[in-house]
Amino acid sequence: MKVSAIITLKKDVLDPQGKVIQQTLDGMGFKDVNEVRQGKYFEIDVKENDPKKAQKIVEDMCNKLLANLVIENYKIIEIQ
Amino acid sequence: MKSAVITFPGSNCDRDMHVALNKFGFKNKMVWHNDNELPKSDLVVLPGGFSYGDYLRCGSMASKSKIMQSVINFAKSGGLVMGICNGFQILVESGLVPGVLLRNRYLEFICKNVFVKIDNKDNPYFKNLDKEVFELHIAHNEGNYFCTNDQLKEIQDNNQVAIYYCNDNGKTEEKFNPNGSLNNIAGIFNKKKNVLGMMPHPERMIDESLSGEDGSIFFKNLLNNIK
Repeated sequence: MKVSAIITLKKDVLDPQGKVIQQTLDGMGFKDVNEVRQGKYFEIDVKENDPKKAQKIVEDMCNKLLANLVIENYKIIEIQ
Repeated sequence: MKSAVITFPGSNCDRDMHVALNKFGFKNKMVWHNDNELPKSDLVVLPGGFSYGDYLRCGSMASKSKIMQSVINFAKSGGLVMGICNGFQILVESGLVPGVLLRNRYLEFICKNVFVKIDNKDNPYFKNLDKEVFELHIAHNEGNYFCTNDQLKEIQDNNQVAIYYCNDNGKTEEKFNPNGSLNNIAGIFNKKKNVLGMMPHPERMIDESLSGEDGSIFFKNLLNNIK
């Protein structure tokens, strides 16, 4: 199964890259932006046909390596 | 006294650390990240560099490499483990010291000399030092120390801050903070103070004609403390 996960910075963690992107967008004329937060996206093809088990495997990966839970949250967004 | 420096793919301060440790009397061994066992050591050093190309998060891959299980066991049994720069990032990713290191505040790679103030000498690294302010070199893109409020409280309650960024007089004001680190924190201990992570590179300050000798003072004192 293909499992997609996104990893985002927690709300109170400063995201300097997001800030610079926002400033650049502003300079390009996108004036209606309140905030930009940058994150990561993973697509992981696991050798598992049961979607629940596949999700568990990827959650385990997120907890142990893909996300740093001090500053990041993860979310499984798609299993197919 | 025996030491071991771990080389990860992408480490680039491992040789400098090897030279520094040998210069001040350690018998150092280089250890490859894919080895299972540490040689018998009094001190293990995780050096600076760009382990695994800084992929995913700095230090995250290296913290899961084969040798790290031995390093973690060594640290948990009270052994001295020091992580410099990327080594500090590996320590936080392995959970040996609390917090994380984020991108520098202004998104720039910083390479310059800074002053740091030693906060607490009640540990094997700094005890018996007769000065508090050291001039050391930093070179990093991700040195912006951050931790949760709960972690910060625990760090402060246990006196785990090792060094703060400051000026040459030891003033730890925000304007002497090069990278945005929380409370000017440049280095952190674990609870037991046998694990030290710090961004500055003492191994780059061991020769008067090249840089300065504040690193020499640190290494000489460290050797005497371990003896």
